[in-house]
Amino acid sequence: MNRASPRRDVPPPTRLLKTPEGGARAPERVFEVICLLALMLPLLLLVVLIAQAFTDGRERLTWEFLTSYPSRFASQAGILPALVGSACLMMLTAVIAIPIGVGAALYLEEYARESRWTSFIEVNISNLAGVPSIIYGLLGLELFVRAMRMGRSLLAGAATLSLLLLPMVIMASREALRTVPQSTREACYALGADRWQTIRRVVLPMSLPGILTGIILSLARAIGETAPLITIGALTYVAFLPDSVYSPFTALPIQIFNWISRPQTDFHVNAAAGIVVLLAIMLVFNGAAIWLRSRFQRRFS
Amino acid sequence: MTRVDRQRAESEAGSSDALASPKMRVEDLRAWFGRSEVLRGITMPVAERRSTAIIGPSGCGKSTFIRCLNRMHEVVRGARTSGRVLLDGEDIYEDGVNPVRLRQLVGMVFQKPNPFPMMSIRENVLAGLRLQGIRPKNRDDLVERALRQAALWDEVKDVLDRSGSSLSGGQQQRLCIARALALEPEVLLMDEPCSALDPIATAKIEDLIHELRKQYTVVIVTHNMQQASRVADYTAFLYLGELVEFGRTDRIFTSPSDPRTEAYITGRFG
Ligand SMILES: Nc1ncnc2c1ncn2[C@@H]1O[C@H](COP(=O)(O)OP(=O)(O)O)[C@@H](O)[C@H]1O
Ligand SMILES: [Mg+2]
Repeated sequence: MNRASPRRDVPPPTRLLKTPEGGARAPERVFEVICLLALMLPLLLLVVLIAQAFTDGRERLTWEFLTSYPSRFASQAGILPALVGSACLMMLTAVIAIPIGVGAALYLEEYARESRWTSFIEVNISNLAGVPSIIYGLLGLELFVRAMRMGRSLLAGAATLSLLLLPMVIMASREALRTVPQSTREACYALGADRWQTIRRVVLPMSLPGILTGIILSLARAIGETAPLITIGALTYVAFLPDSVYSPFTALPIQIFNWISRPQTDFHVNAAAGIVVLLAIMLVFNGAAIWLRSRFQRRFS
Repeated sequence: MTRVDRQRAESEAGSSDALASPKMRVEDLRAWFGRSEVLRGITMPVAERRSTAIIGPSGCGKSTFIRCLNRMHEVVRGARTSGRVLLDGEDIYEDGVNPVRLRQLVGMVFQKPNPFPMMSIRENVLAGLRLQGIRPKNRDDLVERALRQAALWDEVKDVLDRSGSSLSGGQQQRLCIARALALEPEVLLMDEPCSALDPIATAKIEDLIHELRKQYTVVIVTHNMQQASRVADYTAFLYLGELVEFGRTDRIFTSPSDPRTEAYITGRFG
């Protein structure tokens, strides 16, 4: 029988390595395109959003806008108190959340023995990260504003935001601590270091970039938080700068929210400009996190 | 160990100065991971300024045994021990003994080289002191002496500020040895220090052990019998968590008294 029979159900085996599609087969191509679309769509939306905000608010994006107090007249209103308020809020939040969050992560990773109690805590920390932020606002209102008599102050706001950030800071810090290999810790112990010396001089320095990345990313999220601050009663119209941690305050997203909810369209322009500023700040925060992470990878891998 | 073996070991001890007053004595040492007992009552001496090899198939408890000698075993969660380990006659497991202080006297080199990645070569050598917050005055001398002892000085003397992890595997392991030696320990424990290294690096480390045993008490775990016969004065054969046989290396390798030892060194299992 002829080996190269013309009638076969199965196509003849071919020795040709080249196919009409080239390297990849057709279904693979389709899947690749779908994935690419999935990537491009949100990216596109983001670009549209930024471009929209930018074109809407462009006329108000001036130095005066950043350095003026709010006003009844849209064209004279600025975001100075909101900007300063947000900055103070972030600093205070960082001061509260970093030591507590890193301390909790250190305890869970380095000291705690495995027990039902610790795994209960662990599960709940991840659950807390998913609690809607307004719940934290209500907690802050009862706990800090009323029970602890902090009033509607910067301190109360920062304490509330800290609650919101703590689960994220703890989880990111634990993640970073876990990247330090056990063998490195054992090397320390074998050199006669105790636990604290090991943590202070080796484990923390090695995981610091990772911890910082987590902190910055969670701060970037906190800077856009509106609901909990409104709940605890941050002001929406502030014509002064905070002079102590007990001052009333406003923050950037609240100022934006306030402007957007006014009927006059002139204020909507201000809101758009405020959004651009807020996005720019978040971009800086995220850029810093990416930079830190890349430095981290270069040094330890 | 059977009674005959023990008598044999004792008689060897009597005939040899090195075992008459050993640096360390292990007495009925047992070790557990959780509920599983991985060392089942080990008794043996560790001769001073000699090298002792621990051999045996993998999983028999060699690493666990050596980690009991500087109380590194208890660092693992759920791990515990019983029995006594005497260092110069003092039980290291007694209440009140500070494991941290103990580990300064009994240094350790691990299977996988583990220099600190964020420290330079120089800092790695000084790490033991720095970790404890000590800043020695003659730092450069100290670094040079430790690196010379570890036979690494000539290779790294011009690049002391480079990262420790930029070195080759064999160099990293010698850096870890230098790091342990910088603390001037009395005993040096090595857990398969060459298993991650190529033959040339291995030969260097073996030469180094030959030198080190003049000055330090060395305990080395190895699954390589040639290596044990090359570097060790005494050899202990562990099997399934028990000490099957202990004695002078030449005797263990030429006329083992236990059939399991013979089977192992002739390569019939393990
Ligand atoms: N961290 C651990 N947890 C539980 N069991 C362990 C652990 N490390 C080792 N073991 C068990 O203890 C026994 C002895 O291990 P090891 O001392 O590492 O043997 P070796 O070094 O001779 O290969 C093995 O059976 C191993 O499975
Ligand atoms: Mg081992």
